Amino acid sequence: MTDAALTPMEEPRAPGRPVWQSVLIHLVLVGISFLMLYPILWMLSASFRPSQEIFNSTSLLPSQVRIEAYPEGWFALRVSFGQFFWNSLVISILSVVGNVIACSLAAFAFARLAFPMRNFWFALMLGTLMLPYHVTLIPQYVLFLNMGWVNTILPLVVPKFLATDAFFIFLMVQFFRGIPRELDEAARMDGCSPFRIYWKIILPLSMPVLATAAIFTFLWTWDDFFGPLIYLNEMSQYTVQLGLRSFIDSTGTSNWSALFAMSILSLLPVFLFFVFFQRLLIEGIATTGMK
Amino acid sequence: MPQTSDVMSGLGPVPNVRPTLRQRLVRGIGPAGAAYVFLFPWLAGFLVLTLGPALYSLYLSFTDYDLIGAPRWTGLDNYTRIATNDPKFAASVRVTLTFVLLSVPLKLAFALGIAVMLNRGLKGLTLYRAIFYLPSLLGTSVAIAILWRQLFSGDGLVNGILGQFGIDGPSWISTPDTALYTLVILAIWQFGSPMIIFLAGLRQIPGDIYEAAEMDGASKVRQFWRITLPLLTPVIFFNAVVQTIEAFKAFTPAFIISGGTGGPIDATLFYTLYLYQEAFGYFRMGYASALAWILLVIIAFFTAFSFLTARYWVHYDD
Repeated sequence: MTDAALTPMEEPRAPGRPVWQSVLIHLVLVGISFLMLYPILWMLSASFRPSQEIFNSTSLLPSQVRIEAYPEGWFALRVSFGQFFWNSLVISILSVVGNVIACSLAAFAFARLAFPMRNFWFALMLGTLMLPYHVTLIPQYVLFLNMGWVNTILPLVVPKFLATDAFFIFLMVQFFRGIPRELDEAARMDGCSPFRIYWKIILPLSMPVLATAAIFTFLWTWDDFFGPLIYLNEMSQYTVQLGLRSFIDSTGTSNWSALFAMSILSLLPVFLFFVFFQRLLIEGIATTGMK
Repeated sequence: MPQTSDVMSGLGPVPNVRPTLRQRLVRGIGPAGAAYVFLFPWLAGFLVLTLGPALYSLYLSFTDYDLIGAPRWTGLDNYTRIATNDPKFAASVRVTLTFVLLSVPLKLAFALGIAVMLNRGLKGLTLYRAIFYLPSLLGTSVAIAILWRQLFSGDGLVNGILGQFGIDGPSWISTPDTALYTLVILAIWQFGSPMIIFLAGLRQIPGDIYEAAEMDGASKVRQFWRITLPLLTPVIFFNAVVQTIEAFKAFTPAFIISGGTGGPIDATLFYTLYLYQEAFGYFRMGYASALAWILLVIIAFFTAFSFLTARYWVHYDD
């Protein structure tokens, strides 16, 4: 593999490459793909296997397919996974709404409006991108504790409506700057207020960046473990990620197939986003360098 | 101009409408005021949730605070204890630095190697790219951490495979010498997103440079070292900075795989995990704030270091 990796890239569609070389590269890539996917596929098949078989089978095909692990896992804890999924969904959707509204408002001001101290605030906004969240973590916790918000979803959702994910502001500023200024200048001549320009001109033209922000917010919120771990203590409030953690703590390693079944279900929304929005995801990463 | 007047008369007299409430509001606050209306959510969040808390945690780092009583000023006590008398801090720094210095270069090497392989006009590029990207998307979840805990446990899949070759592997996650490496493997497994950024960078390199090199008889290996790599240094730099910061902040896999302890014997005690234990396990909020500020300084140091050295190895077009 290293040999092939060190071979310099050729211009795309290089015609002169020998067939054996193409075949070799494909073989290497297929091998790596298989190696990458093997753990996930194995987990999928393990969720359909009897638990005792998990420990002595490395194959991807279960000897018998049984779906009992799914209902078993679903009702394994005091609160069902249905509740956890619902909680995760509510938090994720509210976060998406908050991020899209608040970040686009701020981005519009930075990209399109002239106001005193604009560069100052913009520099501070960029500065917060570099700040690890640990530095604000404890005072935020103290604040939310004193407001009586701990053990509710508010500490996880309200910050999104205050545009604390500065990364998306930056992303939207970049996009808004690419929209021709003539459009809003013409609208302003016609007496359009900034609010109408934002709502009627900028937002409709910015669907790609809004969609990218919405998708990444959903995925990151869905996968978030640290925030819920700190703020949600009661099982009825748990997200899917916390539910899985309780599951592995309470049953330990006694019921792998049920644990895997719930793990697979928790990955399912992410996987569906991947299937349906692959282009937006990959373009989003390629153009912005998101993690 | 008769036409114009025709049109105007067709519209009738200009109606004398009162400005709507919104229009009057907009005029009332002026353009700068309007801008601050847009900025308000962010500004409020910045002051209340970022700037205020950051300053307050700096203050807390000089205090003893357990959430119940008021913070008690202790001067530099927290910092001196961290520096001189805290084996867990030393362990967590060692673990985290090992993790960062191993996982980031290996992840980037994989990402670059595969990106170069994919950038040859292969059939099925989008499929390969999707497959390689998938682990990046799934990898930060609890589900994958659980999977990893099974894969590398004593009777897990890895030992199942090794067993077929007659090798009797240990429980990788509960052996202090190997536990951290299972997390490094998990990080490398997620090389997909830097790979996509490398692919985008490779597209930017003009093909005629390679043609010219070809004419001059430069071998492929030489072309890689002399053309591809230097022209890609801005992208490598970017990926290195982003991945380093991410690696410093890693938390979930270590938490799940060690059951929240950072064990065996602190072998997976990531810095963030130690901070979490101090803050939310023992409620030593002052001490944890000091740890948070030290983390900020470490990350800032690494970032500044890469930016300062960048001028010696990052090649920009102009």
